[in-house]
Amino acid sequence: MLPENFATLTPELKLEARLADWMSTDGKPFASPEAAEKYHARAKRYADVIQLREPDRVPTTAFTGDLQQHFTGATLGDYFYDYPKAAAHAIEFFERFPELEYFPASNFEPGPVYDKLGYTLYRWPGGKLGPNQGFQYVEGEYMGADEYDALIKNPDGWLLRTYMPRVMPGVAGLANIPVLLGTTELPFVPFFFAGMAAPPVTAALETLLEVGRMTLEYMGAMGQTVGYAVFGQGMPMTLGGFSKAPFDFLGDTLRGTRSVMMDLFRRPAKVLAACEALTPLAIKMAVDAAAGAGVPFAFIPLHKGADGFMSDADFDKFYWPSLEATIRGIVAEGVVPAMFVEGGYNSRLARIAEANLEPGTTAWTFDQTDMANAKKFFGPWAAIGGNVPGSLFQTGTPETMRAYVAKLMDTCKPGGGFFMAPGVVLDHAKEENFRAWLEAGLEFGKY
Amino acid sequence: MHQELIDAITEMNEEEALAIAGRLLDQGASPVEVLDDCKAAMEVVGKRFEAGDCFIPELIFAGDILAQIARLVKPRMASSGQTPHKIGKVVIGTVQGDIHDIAKDIVAFMLDINGFEVTDLGVDVAPERFVEVAKETGAKIVGLSGFLTLAYEPMKATVAQLRALDPGIHVMIGGGQMDDQVRDYTGADAYGKDAMAAIALARGWA
Repeated sequence: MLPENFATLTPELKLEARLADWMSTDGKPFASPEAAEKYHARAKRYADVIQLREPDRVPTTAFTGDLQQHFTGATLGDYFYDYPKAAAHAIEFFERFPELEYFPASNFEPGPVYDKLGYTLYRWPGGKLGPNQGFQYVEGEYMGADEYDALIKNPDGWLLRTYMPRVMPGVAGLANIPVLLGTTELPFVPFFFAGMAAPPVTAALETLLEVGRMTLEYMGAMGQTVGYAVFGQGMPMTLGGFSKAPFDFLGDTLRGTRSVMMDLFRRPAKVLAACEALTPLAIKMAVDAAAGAGVPFAFIPLHKGADGFMSDADFDKFYWPSLEATIRGIVAEGVVPAMFVEGGYNSRLARIAEANLEPGTTAWTFDQTDMANAKKFFGPWAAIGGNVPGSLFQTGTPETMRAYVAKLMDTCKPGGGFFMAPGVVLDHAKEENFRAWLEAGLEFGKY
Repeated sequence: MHQELIDAITEMNEEEALAIAGRLLDQGASPVEVLDDCKAAMEVVGKRFEAGDCFIPELIFAGDILAQIARLVKPRMASSGQTPHKIGKVVIGTVQGDIHDIAKDIVAFMLDINGFEVTDLGVDVAPERFVEVAKETGAKIVGLSGFLTLAYEPMKATVAQLRALDPGIHVMIGGGQMDDQVRDYTGADAYGKDAMAAIALARGWA
């Protein structure tokens, strides 16, 4: 439980309170005292890393995207459509790898929900893709260049009435929701609800209700895996919410990669205004979910600001300011933004370090970034991890894996603030390499 | 060579580039000449990309300017009877199971601009399809793209099938999670980290 005066606390004390609540075992349904003890020790180890204290050992975390499915013989489609089977396989996976210390997020997803909504942004296994093809985004322009002003003036309203109907045809009637000013006077209310009663709107609302119920069904199955892992085995969750850099929200699935890159030349002021308009939503999305889950970490994958994607000058102008504002906004609420830095960030490290973010408030998982430099530039103020290549998990050997982990530990372990993690969401790996990675993490991670 | 057109493109000055191209064509410049200017401009952009002085936005935007100029040129090309000289054939595509196309499209475009006849098979391309088209076109160079780690196995299968067709065929791989370790694993001849690397490799093999 958070203290009653939580809202009045400073960001530092908010973080302390949220971490204490997350670490606490009080009132949580642990299956045994051993599980509770393990949970607390592991949570504390992770919190030590975030807050830049040297823990007893480097914690080892992973996102096991499609790995559980491959290792236990389920299809990727099963993890989208057969919840009981998915839950059983997830548990089998946890049983097989007792060295796993933190709940590993995976691609266990509610396929029927996406079907019901007619979600057009993605294709997924068991839907339009074969049962063993991983879910993927369909690149496209989902917001026209002429829609910038509407997005900037009222981002949530535009997303609700224009974007959702476009990418979720199952709720197309949301386009007809009347303006909410109609709720502000008694005589207006009947007019407002007459609008809400229009058949396309009621159809959309009914679909939303049903999708809500379907999501609860999915969450029930997901809850079984959480129950087993978190409360049965003492594996803390390290992902409580999601968000993205405002530029990525705009560039990934609104304007699309090609269009946003050309917008940098054709309408730079609109790009900046849109990023600014999206920032409060990006903050709220992360904080609300993390607070709701009682897990004070928000996963923020970074996409289009990577080395090679844009110049340092464009990064400074278009990408970083709204990301920095997002990070600061999340930190102000006592939630840890956990950036998942895809690709390389070598030319960005020094620039980000100059921002002087508050020490002990952020986590950064790197992919192809030079870790000696990451340690040099970020080590003094941020928790860092990652960098074990996806290709090594899949095409390496236990020996090459062991050597990689040993070297990475040498580079990053001294002084704390380091967690061991793959640089990617692990969709594929040879089982012996995955095991070698876990074992090497335990062996070389001791302080 | 029309330096002002080249400069307008390399300086990302879209309106000026289109106006100059239109004026040159109206004044009787040959379509091939204008396309050569575009190619020269793209070489400058490519070199800057290689040197780390320009990035994906510049490649995409310059590419879009070129595509617009190509649309101006095309109707006149047919009537002039001129066709640009091609230095080799390349078959390219994103491998089975992967539907990412941005990087693959940039590579295909840059190869085309640099004088290759490119057959782009799109995304989620089965190994058999690569083999079929390599056979049909007689291409000796194949580019396999993939963004995700799931691409490793289909890449390996595609390389094996291409080798069975023609042991001398050259295969390059590229994309998000590719590296030299994956090249080893898949049996491809080379890994290219970006479009300029792909051009250098293809030139070496043409």
